[in-house]
Amino acid sequence: MSAEDTPKDYSESPINLEYFYTAGSATTRFLNQVKEGNIVGQGCPKCKAVYVPPRGSCPRCGVATDIEVPLTDKGCIESFTVVHIPIPGNPIVPPYVCAMIRLDGANISFLHLIQDIDIEKIRIGMRIRAVWKPQEEWTHSLENIKWFAPIDEPDVDVATLRFQES
Amino acid sequence: MIQAGVIGVGQTKYDAKRRDVSMAGLVREAIDNAMLAANLEWDAIDAVILGKAPDMFEGVIMPELYLADAIGAVGKPVLRVHTAGSVGGSTAVIAASHVCSGQFKTVLTVAFEKQSESNATWALSPRYPYSPHINAGAGGYFAPFIREYIRRYEAPEHIGWKVAAKDRQNALKNPLAHLHIPGIDEKMVSDTPMLWEPLRYLESCPSSDGACAMIITAQDQVGSRNVAWIKGMAVRSEGTLSAGRDEVNPQAGIDCAKDIYNQAGIQNPFNEIDCAEIYVPFSWYEPMWLENLGFCDLGEGWKLTDKDATAIDGELPFNMSGGVLSSNPIGASGMIRFGEAALQVMGLAEDHQVEDAKVAMGHAYGGAAQFFAMWIVSSSLD
Repeated sequence: MSAEDTPKDYSESPINLEYFYTAGSATTRFLNQVKEGNIVGQGCPKCKAVYVPPRGSCPRCGVATDIEVPLTDKGCIESFTVVHIPIPGNPIVPPYVCAMIRLDGANISFLHLIQDIDIEKIRIGMRIRAVWKPQEEWTHSLENIKWFAPIDEPDVDVATLRFQES
Repeated sequence: MIQAGVIGVGQTKYDAKRRDVSMAGLVREAIDNAMLAANLEWDAIDAVILGKAPDMFEGVIMPELYLADAIGAVGKPVLRVHTAGSVGGSTAVIAASHVCSGQFKTVLTVAFEKQSESNATWALSPRYPYSPHINAGAGGYFAPFIREYIRRYEAPEHIGWKVAAKDRQNALKNPLAHLHIPGIDEKMVSDTPMLWEPLRYLESCPSSDGACAMIITAQDQVGSRNVAWIKGMAVRSEGTLSAGRDEVNPQAGIDCAKDIYNQAGIQNPFNEIDCAEIYVPFSWYEPMWLENLGFCDLGEGWKLTDKDATAIDGELPFNMSGGVLSSNPIGASGMIRFGEAALQVMGLAEDHQVEDAKVAMGHAYGGAAQFFAMWIVSSSLD
């Protein structure tokens, strides 16, 4: 039998979805600042937890995070993994380090890359700082930060990062 | 409250690609097996509760409508449940709640995933707007939590290999399991490539096609049937991006377990539960859940694993069926845990039966480890 005659009981039909994403007011405020190279978290008026990136409300208290809290681009690695498999359609080459970044003054972490260091030397609690793209490339995206790189400061005990309502 | 019990569990053969059946055929295979096990006619079914993970895994939106004929739901109330990876468990809890409500005598519940119709790892890793595209599947998401567990309690790396080998050895006793790896041992696991440090290839779950169904009925409908009585059941969730959350030991898991132990009158879960099917998609979640579910103190979970407490002939067998590490049709994986727990107390688990199992636990978690569903089943109503 030729390939054409071989019975086939399935066929591939890739599906592609295009959609519009509406950022909403909290993310819009955050991204407008990121466009200018600033990281501004949002605080809960009730428990005072600071969220970055903010989603607009505090999951603990169910209220709007309407307090703007300017942060620096320094923080520490709360935890991380070394990814050894490629992401389809993504130019990033494994192995790469995907870390939970906890900025100073923030009470949640977000995922970003760690570079400018041997992978074996990366530790939980290590101090890091953002490495920004050239200013002319800045857009409304955390991709304005190329990656985070280590800085010469003592490690942080990550147990101290846990948010406690004061 | 009305007492409810499981009178039939049906499963498919789990495999990477079940191209011999459509989605409808796959679901019906599990349902037919459950109906046969329960010895029921279709007119006895009052409602159908269906669960599965994201619709984009197969590209069929609201599949409970397309599947209405296959699941016997035409002209009957049907409800769809979706709570990410925990969905099979929460679907079972919701189905049982329908019976306990008194409005439904007998309910059919089914959960499935036909992952070969897409690529689940990358369906879970879309590019989010305004963020760097670095998320790399469920393993990439959970690996940092696992690394933190290992750091916090100074756990040795062979613990992960040990869980992975143990669950696959159990799978060799379960003909329905997807992965049958002859001669599987710790060395074989430790020789496989690293995917998401500290997780190696064989420390990760497969991607499977499969379905699981159960018939749940009220006490007055049971007759002379073999029953797994539901002694406690609960679901809990917590905010993924909530300040103060401990991803290594989520509060929602702690609270959910306490709730079902209280309902079942269990004071000491380690001593009073004979065996458990716990959702362990990545090897290290066994010691993490041992602690989260209150089977031991914090930091002691890996030591229980290390001394073979969770082996099929151990003090507290975990995942006798081979678990999620051996078969993982995501939407069904939670219901398989609940159904396998029921089979144990019904004495129907065949080659992977734990001797004299009277009280068993089923557990599922999902999403960013923020959704939990659990139940306790018992061979006796008292």
